[in-house]
Amino acid sequence: MSVKDYIRERFFPHMWCPGCGHGVVLNAMIRAVESLGMSKNEIVMVSGIGCSARISGYVDFHSMHTIHGRALAFATGIKMSRPELNVIVPMGDGDALAIGGNHFLHAARRNIEMTAIVMNNRIYGMTGGQFSPLSGYAAAASTAPYGNIDHGFDIAKLSEAAGATFVARTTTYHVHELSRLIRDAILHEGFSVLEVLTQCPTYFGRYNRAGDAPEMMETYKNRTVAVGSEKKNQDPDLIERGVFVKKELPEYCREYEKVIEKNQQKQT
Amino acid sequence: MQGKVKFIQGNEVCVEAALYAGLEFFAGYPITPSTEIAEAMSARLPQIGGRFLQMEDEISSICAIIGASLTGRKAMTATSGPGFSLMQEALGYAVMTEIPCVIVDVQRGGPSTGLPTHVGQGDVNQARYGTHGDHAIVALTASNHQDMFAITVEAFNIAETFRTPVILLFDEVTGHMREKVVIPEKGEISLVERLRTSVESGVDYHPYLPREDGRLPMSDFGGVHRYNVTGLYHDMWGFPSDDPKIVYGLIRHLMDKIQNYTGNMTFFRQDHIEDAHTVLVSYGAAARSARHLVENRRKRGERLGLLELQTLWPFPGDVVRKVCKNADYIVVVELNTGQVIREVKLAVDRPERVYLANRIDGQLISPTDIQNILRLLHGKGV
Repeated sequence: MSVKDYIRERFFPHMWCPGCGHGVVLNAMIRAVESLGMSKNEIVMVSGIGCSARISGYVDFHSMHTIHGRALAFATGIKMSRPELNVIVPMGDGDALAIGGNHFLHAARRNIEMTAIVMNNRIYGMTGGQFSPLSGYAAAASTAPYGNIDHGFDIAKLSEAAGATFVARTTTYHVHELSRLIRDAILHEGFSVLEVLTQCPTYFGRYNRAGDAPEMMETYKNRTVAVGSEKKNQDPDLIERGVFVKKELPEYCREYEKVIEKNQQKQT
Repeated sequence: MQGKVKFIQGNEVCVEAALYAGLEFFAGYPITPSTEIAEAMSARLPQIGGRFLQMEDEISSICAIIGASLTGRKAMTATSGPGFSLMQEALGYAVMTEIPCVIVDVQRGGPSTGLPTHVGQGDVNQARYGTHGDHAIVALTASNHQDMFAITVEAFNIAETFRTPVILLFDEVTGHMREKVVIPEKGEISLVERLRTSVESGVDYHPYLPREDGRLPMSDFGGVHRYNVTGLYHDMWGFPSDDPKIVYGLIRHLMDKIQNYTGNMTFFRQDHIEDAHTVLVSYGAAARSARHLVENRRKRGERLGLLELQTLWPFPGDVVRKVCKNADYIVVVELNTGQVIREVKLAVDRPERVYLANRIDGQLISPTDIQNILRLLHGKGV
């Protein structure tokens, strides 16, 4: 199948701004799915609210566009009900980690098999450029006209601490790595988190004088290094890319299957 | 009625009835006075190959059951007032996306944390108006365990028939009280199974194209038809649209599929109405005291009647109007500052006949409390 076979062509052109990184993520995701040779019928995409959430409408999978921050909770119900389905949950940084932060922690803690893709553009785009939990100290946003005093956090460290068994990060500049990491995340038997730094030239870029889309992607190229690189020691502000965590722990649905096996048909 | 006799809590009755109705999936979060429902589900569901989830809060609980239901399983959650408040946004999502589910609210005293271990009926309006935007909703209740069983099964039947969330508004008294219940034999109460599409794989399928009767034959999520589900206004493929015609058509469909079928979801009991000079209108735990009073005073020849509502939403205004037609006094007995009384006043002719008998102190209204109000109304003093 070609890439075109995975999208709902009649719903294009998409609604993202020119230069938005989300289309790159969509492209990489489709290539990952294609390389896995998965049937479209076995993939469920559950999203929340925001620019990132609209990705689910464009793919020809089972797609559920839910409410803000709760995508992982809906996805948990779907996965527990039908563990044979592959569940992919694309989220924005605000969607996943502000309003949806609690669900994010607990989905990771359960180690329920699904792929959480956090499309981190450090801003609320859909509502017009308010600061997000990932904007970072001193960033400018429409609700931080005098500079943001909120601190961000490290999604990878947070995910690891919460119990995610696969944690990785990349950017929209590193498209081949992005596609490969999505593939690895989908294949992982447990809760996997992939943070993708994705540019929002319209709001984050404009407010923070970060340049247009190519310039922002150039920054991803210059300011990130492969995990474990020597360069990080010399310049601690560099952002690491790659796989931070990959381990095997009991997966939630399989654990519940064991509970059923042990107790089925024992009447009280 | 043939069947197994049990002496259990109302919350356990609700569990037995849900399983009888074919429940396969439950997600919930502990909250008094509904927790026993989650506890019993955690033990019972794996025994039948079903699934129980204890989620991180009530929001995720309702989201999880909506997700599970979309894949084709009968699903339910249970909570109390504060948790029900948290569920309101997702409740609207279930309305909009037409995903069947049952939400139990075992009511306690409110607002806020209120009275966790005491009774209240303050969530009647929350059930109706809690989620934002215009919408129709179904909310049912019961006053005793046998009715609780039947009405819980009906809740699933309505949810599946009309692809809508259904709310069960129980309360602390009925939830925690133990009394006899006969679990009906299989088949004694008929069950509605979900309508599934007959459209075959590969044929253009319209998940959100209702039939003439408003019912939606949907394909289970994860099956042969891939479609989009969204809380946005959407077209027959489930894809977002703000086309005024589509928006109008969808909101009309969502309202009409309930409002045009209120007869299919109106449940009530009436006792001694024929010659009643005073009609008590009540529901849930409060109706137990109302019934007790009516039975006692009838023995003394007083012309007292009872209309016990089991359907609160859509409000059975026609039934109330007919039953109360000849009464001189209509007394609404409820455990709030007056939520159902508003609907009763709107429904009846000459609303000046309608009075309130209530308690709002966390205690169940007693037959004597109601009798004292009646004495005042009848000019006998207390």
